[in-house]
Amino acid sequence: MPELLILVPFTGALLCFLFPGHIRDVIGLLCAVLTFVASIILTGNIYQNGPIRLNLGGWKEPLGIGMCVDGLSVLFIFLTGIVGLLVSLYSVSFFSKANNQSLAKHFWPLWLFLWGSLNSIFFVSDIFNAYVVMELISISAAALAALSGTNASLIAALRYFLLAMAGSMAFLLGVGFLYAQTGTLDMYLLGAVTDGGPLMAMALGLMTVGLIMKTALFPFHFWLPPAHGEAPAPVSAVLSALVIKGSFYLLLRIWCTVFQDTTASPQTATLLGLLGLTGVIWGSYQAIIQNRLKLIIAYSSVGQVGYLFLLFPLVFITLDPAWKIEAWTACVFQTISHGLAKAALFLAAGNLIHATGTENLKSMRNIADRLPMTTFTLALAGVSLMGLPPSGGFVAKWMLLQSILASGQWWLAAAPILGGLLTAAYIFRILSQAFVSDDQISCCGHVSFVMEKSALLLAIFSILIGFRSKEVIFLLSEQVYFVIQGGIIP
Amino acid sequence: MTTLLIYAFTSIILFSIGLFGLVSHPNLIRKIVSLNIMGGGAFLFLISLAYHGRSPDIDPVPQAMVLTGIVVTISATAFALCLTRRIREKTGQCLLEHCPDKPET
Repeated sequence: MPELLILVPFTGALLCFLFPGHIRDVIGLLCAVLTFVASIILTGNIYQNGPIRLNLGGWKEPLGIGMCVDGLSVLFIFLTGIVGLLVSLYSVSFFSKANNQSLAKHFWPLWLFLWGSLNSIFFVSDIFNAYVVMELISISAAALAALSGTNASLIAALRYFLLAMAGSMAFLLGVGFLYAQTGTLDMYLLGAVTDGGPLMAMALGLMTVGLIMKTALFPFHFWLPPAHGEAPAPVSAVLSALVIKGSFYLLLRIWCTVFQDTTASPQTATLLGLLGLTGVIWGSYQAIIQNRLKLIIAYSSVGQVGYLFLLFPLVFITLDPAWKIEAWTACVFQTISHGLAKAALFLAAGNLIHATGTENLKSMRNIADRLPMTTFTLALAGVSLMGLPPSGGFVAKWMLLQSILASGQWWLAAAPILGGLLTAAYIFRILSQAFVSDDQISCCGHVSFVMEKSALLLAIFSILIGFRSKEVIFLLSEQVYFVIQGGIIP
Repeated sequence: MTTLLIYAFTSIILFSIGLFGLVSHPNLIRKIVSLNIMGGGAFLFLISLAYHGRSPDIDPVPQAMVLTGIVVTISATAFALCLTRRIREKTGQCLLEHCPDKPET
């Protein structure tokens, strides 16, 4: 099953290069459905039977390419599956519009490549393969960001790509340090090495810096808003919901599996938490003062990514294992619910921009009348981002707040509290425009059924995930490979 | 061990030169060349690990990693150069700063 999740999108991508016109859409959709079904089946398998480990071609480590699938990987696979399927449905309709038709030729192969590479990074169990897969993701993501071909999008894509390359190089040097110290590349063999020498600490530093550049943590966030804001709607949805989560997933793996508690110092963890906190406030503030719809949503990603980094001080400094697990679950839960809500927001924004022809916030007036479904989507996804009950965002922030208070690092509590308020401010800023009726603005173009419904479904999923938190927590606390100190048995 | 140290320091210096170039040069071609210098530093470090005295043979794993890394860097460089060419065609210069507010048709 895990092999299929990589094989199907890559084969589909190649086929999409070969065939013209509508056959391309059919192949793309078929691959999307197959990959989605495979991700659901795999998630069910892991949920019931626990983590699995595969060696491709029967070669054992250290020679072969190993793949590891545990609770953490399948949650990301599941997120990618849902977002991927709905974005694919959306794009069939989106790229059939007259002015977008030429883009479809490049969109399908690149998107399926990206999907395959994302699936691979969630299975990776070898730090060098992680580097290669990360480069695959960066190349296909940057090419997608440049898809519309405007000056601004080309420049944004190149800026993103240069930064991602620099991050990969830092990661690769870190891989070199690790290999020099331990003589192995396998994550689980590395995890067994307990003596954290200076080389290990340098490797951890280099890899962490490389990955937070790609995840757009606060001081390295500057590439994200233009790159995500200038891309076509389905592309922005994928970039914001999935691509930055790919590098965050790897960061989790590196910290929890490879280095664990021996190398990671409390100061580094606190620094990451502090940067996350600053990111939450700065990103949300920037989102409030923007006037273009997609830039608001892109800056909101900068803010929401900040929450994820609260995981490091909470998990690596707290002493009580029960609260460690709670913090760990909360942050991963936040990743999932943000992914769903953000994809819904970007797709809904795409609908609005398609209908009104502009992305200035002022021209969003009258929307509630003409496009009630899209307005509803915006509001639902907004509810999840703000963290109102019973959405997924609420469960995540509630657990986060609890574990912050229990860990005694009270200053971190500013992130969920202030962040929630600021998020409410920019969501209501969009919604309040939607309900203003203005006779001077004539609205609107027609938005197809599929485009409205796929955005709505994503928003509904971001709420529903809050009801299924028990299963998610089970996957994250029982079915993972690594041990959160003093806590879980693998 | 000292030979390995010389290689290690050289590669760190190369990496830092590349990083400095990437940050300080506005010209896109120079940025891409700087990235390749950074990559050169990382590859030099990896390749110097192949003979580390743990066993008398030469360790093939770092060499395989460097080969793969070179392939990845070549394709990434090609892609970055393509984007740069498009930017130059559209704006007439190889800079990241030039960013008109209106996307052109």
